[in-house]
Amino acid sequence: MSPRLTALDALHRALGATMTDFAGWDMPLRYGSEREEHLAVRTKAGLFDLSHMGEITVLGPQAGELLDHALVGFISALGVLRARYTMICREDGGILDDLIVYRTAENEYMVVANASNAQVVLDALTERAAGFDAVVRDDRDAYALLAVQGPEANAILSSVTDADLPGLKYYALLPATVAEKQVWLARTGYTGEDGFEIFCAPADAEHLWHALTEAGAPHGLVPAGLSCRDTLRLEAGMPLYGHELDTSLTPFDAGLGRVVRFDKTTNGGDFVGRKALEAAAAQAEVNPPRKLVGLVSEGKRVPRAEYSVVDAEGTVIGRITSGSPSPTLGKPIAIAYLDAAFAAPGTAVAVDVRGKHEPVEVVALPFYKRAR
Amino acid sequence: MSNPQNLQYSKEHEWLTEADADGVSTVGITEHAAGALGDIVYVDLPSVGDTVTAGETCGELESTKSVSDLYSPATGEVVAVNQDVIDEPALVNSAAFAGGWLFKLKVTDTDDLLSADEYTAFTAG
Repeated sequence: MSPRLTALDALHRALGATMTDFAGWDMPLRYGSEREEHLAVRTKAGLFDLSHMGEITVLGPQAGELLDHALVGFISALGVLRARYTMICREDGGILDDLIVYRTAENEYMVVANASNAQVVLDALTERAAGFDAVVRDDRDAYALLAVQGPEANAILSSVTDADLPGLKYYALLPATVAEKQVWLARTGYTGEDGFEIFCAPADAEHLWHALTEAGAPHGLVPAGLSCRDTLRLEAGMPLYGHELDTSLTPFDAGLGRVVRFDKTTNGGDFVGRKALEAAAAQAEVNPPRKLVGLVSEGKRVPRAEYSVVDAEGTVIGRITSGSPSPTLGKPIAIAYLDAAFAAPGTAVAVDVRGKHEPVEVVALPFYKRAR
Repeated sequence: MSNPQNLQYSKEHEWLTEADADGVSTVGITEHAAGALGDIVYVDLPSVGDTVTAGETCGELESTKSVSDLYSPATGEVVAVNQDVIDEPALVNSAAFAGGWLFKLKVTDTDDLLSADEYTAFTAG
């Protein structure tokens, strides 16, 4: 099967992007140096094509109740034009995907799934919709998604839109006109910076890309690929499905139990996975098996996903889920699931880097937090 | 990008200069390889005095996203390593065919290496 192309495919190629197959999509990995793209997002701004993300619209009188039943969050309690980070779990509590849900109207929500899980999420929501007066609509082809991320994002956007950006809070959205095009403008992102995500018609994506590029030029905006997106989210300590999250883990295992809302008042308080998640919550309270921690290396070798974490005797005490050189810190960093006994910040452990034990120190996540 | 005509190339994307008067050749990786790896953040090179063998691994190149074996395009004794790229691995990206060279060796034998045109065709396919 040939990979799917975003509406901006020709543009990426014209920009000389290195493309990569990502979850069945041909996506820009980087345009030049991923390190420079990363630093541009931290200090100025980066422009991303995230059209591979899976948009699913849920609408109808019971849309909120359906999502309360299908997801672990208390979605119907979300205000109109607000967004929430949440998860969809299996009956056994295993994470099917992590999601952003946007409430676009009183009875309408946009669920944004990871590209690799979009079909799984669509199928699960469709199945879980049975008995609810709500419709689950596959809108993956209805939207392209651009993101402007970085400290200059606000200044750049304000020059191409009259939307009330100062009034647009973090994790909120607005129907807006950007460069003459109707879009959903959301103050969300996955880089640890201030920024905006722009859901638009695929036919408008190229126009918007050009308009943002032009508006961003004086601010140092550069096109940015998936490679730097990964190092940005890693520095910000944000989990990535397939790395920190998967079906073998519950939200409590991932240290994200707060997204599970047992206090829901709809559906008699019941939701898919409730029983298993209550057990997982109790377990996490008394005896967490492993904890998600940060590791920082003083060496140059990079701890990478799936490498073992070992103690002084060489006993395996954990595994790396993501690792990379950190452009901001100037040293290798990693996220790992580590036996709770070793999880305190400051603990010295080691990573088995292809047979050599590289010393690393446990640190609290995130590695990087922007100044506000 | 163009591959210099005066170099020989391995299918593992190393380049090798013609031996100088002392029989010493310089080894590096191609721009094509450096571009495919992305930003190189760490290089592990053989030591001076080591004997390396054509077609066998002799070090590592680590980039943001991956780690790759470094193969030697020739057999011989390592007589110099480039301290500049150890200190500043990004040199491999910015000057693959020049300041980003990796090591020098006194060649006793080489693999079947490609000419610039053959290598260009190889990487195009």
